Amino acid sequence: MITFPILSLVTFLPLVGVLFILFIKGDDETVGHNARMTAMLTTAATFFLSLYMYMGFDTSSGDFQMVENLKWLPGLNIRYKMGVDGISLFFVLLSTFLTPICILASWDSIKTRVKEYMIAFLVLETMMVGMFCAIDLVLFYIFFEGVLIPMFIIIGVWGGPRRVYASFKFFLYTLLGSVLMLLAILAIYNQFGTTDIAALSAMHIAPGMQKWLWLAFMASFAVKVPMWPVHTWLPDAHVEAPTAGSVILAGVLLKMGGYGFLRLSLPLLPVASAYFAPLIFTLSVIAVIYTSLVALAQEDMKKLIAYSSVAHMGFVTLGIFTFTQQGLDGAMFQMLSHGIVSAALFLCVGVVYDRLHTREIGRYGGLVKNMPRYATVFMIFAMASVGLPGTSGFVGEFLVLAGSFQVSTTFTALAATGVVLGAAYMLFLYKRVVFGELTKPDVKAMKDINMREIAIFVPMVALVFWMGVYPTSFTGVIAPSLTKIVKIYEAQNAAAASLPAAVERKAAVKKDEQKAKAPKEKAHEGKKK
Amino acid sequence: MEVIAVIAPLVGAIMAGFFSRFLGDRGAQFITCALMGLAAACALVLFKQIDFGGMSGAEVAHVVPLFTWISSGALNISWALQFDQLSAVMVVVVTVVSFCVHVYSVGYMHHDACKARFMAYLSLFSFAMLMLVTASNFVQLFFGWEGVGLASYLLIGFWNYKESANNAAIKAFVMNRIGDFGLALGIFAVFKLFGTLDFSAVFSSVESVKDVQMEFLGHHVHALTLIGFLLFIGAMGKSAQLGLHTWLPDAMEGPTPVSALIHAATMVTAGVFLVARMSPIYEYAPDARAFITVIGALTALIAATIAVTQFDIKRVIAYSTMSQLGYMFFALGVSAYGAAMFHLFTHAFFKALLFLGAGSVIHAMSDEQDMRKMGGIWKLIPITYAMMWIGSLALAGVPFFAGYYSKDMILESAFAAHTQLGEFAYWCGIAAAFLTAFYSWRLIFMTFHGRPRADEKVMAHVHESPLIMTMPLAVLAAGAIAGGWLFFGDFVGKLHPFFWGKSLFVMPDTDIMEQAEHIDKFHAHLPTMVGAVGILLAYLFYVKARHWPAIVAGHAKGIYELLYNKWYFDELYNIIGVIPAFFIGKKLWKVGDGKIIDGLGPDGIAATVSASSEGAGELQSGYVYHYAFSMLIGVVVIVSAYIFYAYR
Repeated sequence: MITFPILSLVTFLPLVGVLFILFIKGDDETVGHNARMTAMLTTAATFFLSLYMYMGFDTSSGDFQMVENLKWLPGLNIRYKMGVDGISLFFVLLSTFLTPICILASWDSIKTRVKEYMIAFLVLETMMVGMFCAIDLVLFYIFFEGVLIPMFIIIGVWGGPRRVYASFKFFLYTLLGSVLMLLAILAIYNQFGTTDIAALSAMHIAPGMQKWLWLAFMASFAVKVPMWPVHTWLPDAHVEAPTAGSVILAGVLLKMGGYGFLRLSLPLLPVASAYFAPLIFTLSVIAVIYTSLVALAQEDMKKLIAYSSVAHMGFVTLGIFTFTQQGLDGAMFQMLSHGIVSAALFLCVGVVYDRLHTREIGRYGGLVKNMPRYATVFMIFAMASVGLPGTSGFVGEFLVLAGSFQVSTTFTALAATGVVLGAAYMLFLYKRVVFGELTKPDVKAMKDINMREIAIFVPMVALVFWMGVYPTSFTGVIAPSLTKIVKIYEAQNAAAASLPAAVERKAAVKKDEQKAKAPKEKAHEGKKK
Repeated sequence: MEVIAVIAPLVGAIMAGFFSRFLGDRGAQFITCALMGLAAACALVLFKQIDFGGMSGAEVAHVVPLFTWISSGALNISWALQFDQLSAVMVVVVTVVSFCVHVYSVGYMHHDACKARFMAYLSLFSFAMLMLVTASNFVQLFFGWEGVGLASYLLIGFWNYKESANNAAIKAFVMNRIGDFGLALGIFAVFKLFGTLDFSAVFSSVESVKDVQMEFLGHHVHALTLIGFLLFIGAMGKSAQLGLHTWLPDAMEGPTPVSALIHAATMVTAGVFLVARMSPIYEYAPDARAFITVIGALTALIAATIAVTQFDIKRVIAYSTMSQLGYMFFALGVSAYGAAMFHLFTHAFFKALLFLGAGSVIHAMSDEQDMRKMGGIWKLIPITYAMMWIGSLALAGVPFFAGYYSKDMILESAFAAHTQLGEFAYWCGIAAAFLTAFYSWRLIFMTFHGRPRADEKVMAHVHESPLIMTMPLAVLAAGAIAGGWLFFGDFVGKLHPFFWGKSLFVMPDTDIMEQAEHIDKFHAHLPTMVGAVGILLAYLFYVKARHWPAIVAGHAKGIYELLYNKWYFDELYNIIGVIPAFFIGKKLWKVGDGKIIDGLGPDGIAATVSASSEGAGELQSGYVYHYAFSMLIGVVVIVSAYIFYAYR
């Protein structure tokens, strides 16, 4: 057992690094160097600390662990409550794993305002980790929104030529969704007097209300995932963001939507989730086919991978709303896998972008000749993205489709066409960039990946294979928490189905009122104190 | 031992692939060959060890579990190696042919710059193929299935500076993916129906679900038939059956050893293996088998008609492969699983021999593949010439060569089925047998005989291949000569129920291969007779009367064009598949995302907001009389509203 508040430590350790960086002074070069080193050390330390957290995690339990529960806004019964379960554990690890890689990836490519850049990334890490650890709605919301700010700055300051348009589009899109989520949180607080997620998931919210709350949450999460048709911010944001920004965006930020569905929509609003599942299925399948076709027509490397991300996340939402163990396991795994693979693919783009400063696919060709190591790495991640068995990409897709086949054969068959299209656009991209004759003189002059880049890719390659060959080490930890969600879902929907609609609504309202009284009274007590 | 047989090629692939800088080309070649040889030796020992059921025909499957792979709820999948009669036969075929090809490649790729990479890919392929055939569950089978697809992609596109090779590689991968799409859905359906994906568990409970219906795409259908169909779509992709076959001829862009190993002997037969492995399911899905029979028979015939008109030596053999695969499939369709596996076995040897022989020719002719530019070289490369004869004799089913036993068995089984489809398949097969003999000798006469049509420089360079290339040929030739009568009794003859044991399941009352022994003489000997006619005709056309082919082509121009252009499958798929996909993709991107979603969404709203705020800005003109006027309007509105509501 870990006795000290490790979650808060992991969350706020990066801010300590920020403090150090703020004090760095001197000429540009030393400031840049020191800022890089400090950021690297801080993020590495954070990563190791999170590994320690992983070691202390009891993998057999599906409950929140290492819970920290402090008074925060005592009069309002809103608490500073942190905890991790199987779902959030790996997201925390994913965040702490990708941040040092981002720092390393921006080592040479970021030359201006290095100090501020590093600060932005460290703050971003705090926000991400905090978001995944928070188990109080208000705290969750603060971190959820907080992520936007450093990301907005990263795209807007260090981005490409259309960075302002992209960053505003990104910010406004996501903000619009989040505002609705805030409304939903207020509504929940208003009714139950608590924002503790664990406590709320034991309560039964009236089905009518569930539907409104669900839609409000969905507005926020769907933008983040992103689901069709609110995905158009993603290609722009990716194209304009610096490489490391894209890595975090694809690797972690997109997962916030899926995480939100798993953490809030399913356990808190199971009846509404069942009600809206066909909607999600439809949107997911459209996302898979639509964006795969769009990806086929792209001429910009980053845009292509951005669109492929939307397609892959379509599998995630499909899996989540099957409410089967396989579907949920698959969705979770697909998110983790996509976090590594798409991040790595953006890094692959970054490698050639750093050398030739263009993302246009047609400008490349024949790289296998002068960059054989790069070609190998790129091939591995392309295959993982295609979902080749033995790589991480397969396990997620397979489980999702195996789960969804139990629920709907039609949607499964449609979604599975994405697997064919996925192979087409990925191999077509690979062919145009890596294969062919090496004729262009500036492409000829490109050097193969250096030691720093190898250091970035090696752990990611290892993870891709590890997750592909022995995924049990991940799914085994995740499964208990997901089983819990499936159980809540089944129990509540069975209860809802066993009663005629009108009676059920009344009963549920009554139940809710009874339950709502208790925490409200507590809240009043708190006020008196 | 089992583990070594499967893992050794993987070790070889990793060594040659990632450490070639330390090993050097020689080292990489040596290590991959040695490890492949080791695997082949293990495979042969294992084959010996398997007690083929003795006289009891008992189940002898033995599974070597490795470790858990995927575990999720009721879904539990392990990495495991299953050795029973069926997989043992496949393991022997794969490792032995692969070893021959490995050794041959050392000579063939002598001039290539990337020898280590080539050897690594070959070993990787062998590993994936072995995982496929030793799978004990559907998902591991799928792993091997996609793994060989990857290796095939890498090897077809091995000369990755060639545009045509890259396109062929992508085509192969994507076409296979279309098949895999069906296979994957089939696997999901199996999971839904049986709740497990382990072979033994599924097969033992097939009978209890034989009448179950399943919903699929809104229709209720017989579950096992559905599964049979879906799995067969996968087999069609991998084994290049009509409809999903267009990748195979293009795959000849790869180096010739690849064509021999992957696109003749092993990978393309994975579909046959799949259906044979699933025999307990297919026996309860007669409709699915009927479909297989038709597709197989049509493939056998159509591929043979195309082969007659092609001039690229490798493409002729590729279409021949496709045609032979068709034979295997319609054998499966009439429940003659043993016969299909027998043909798979003999075909692996003689087709690999033909390909490697063709490779030897190409090697000798300085990389020329067009038969119109060959001829008159048989005295210069006598060993290769002899090998091609042996391969062709076996392929055409000339008595006492390997193909004779297996092909006749298939045709006899089809006839003995006494169904309309069986008869249809039989006559398609007979026609294809005639064409096979014809195009095989067309190939031999055009390539080796007549007057030399290559230029002098090439002719001066023609030489017999080195020993390292001819030795593997000899091994394969031995198989092509003796493989038939040596194993006839075990695979399809009197002993076959004992040989296959429980690994192949046939309905007790329909042992088709038993009945095949008893069909009438005429139908039994017809294949051999049409084969002889085919050879004779080829002799007339390409040795005696060389102007005949042109006359025939001239008189039946329409048919000739159709065959020469491969029945226009590629053109059709381009029009209905490839071009629309890119077109729709572009439209969805520019119009769907750009105009509609962004236009009405963020950009539209942003434009509306700035337009309306500009409009609001106009209001603040700074002129007092504007403000006074709007105040007046306000007063009028308020007063009227007040009057209206107060005195209503």
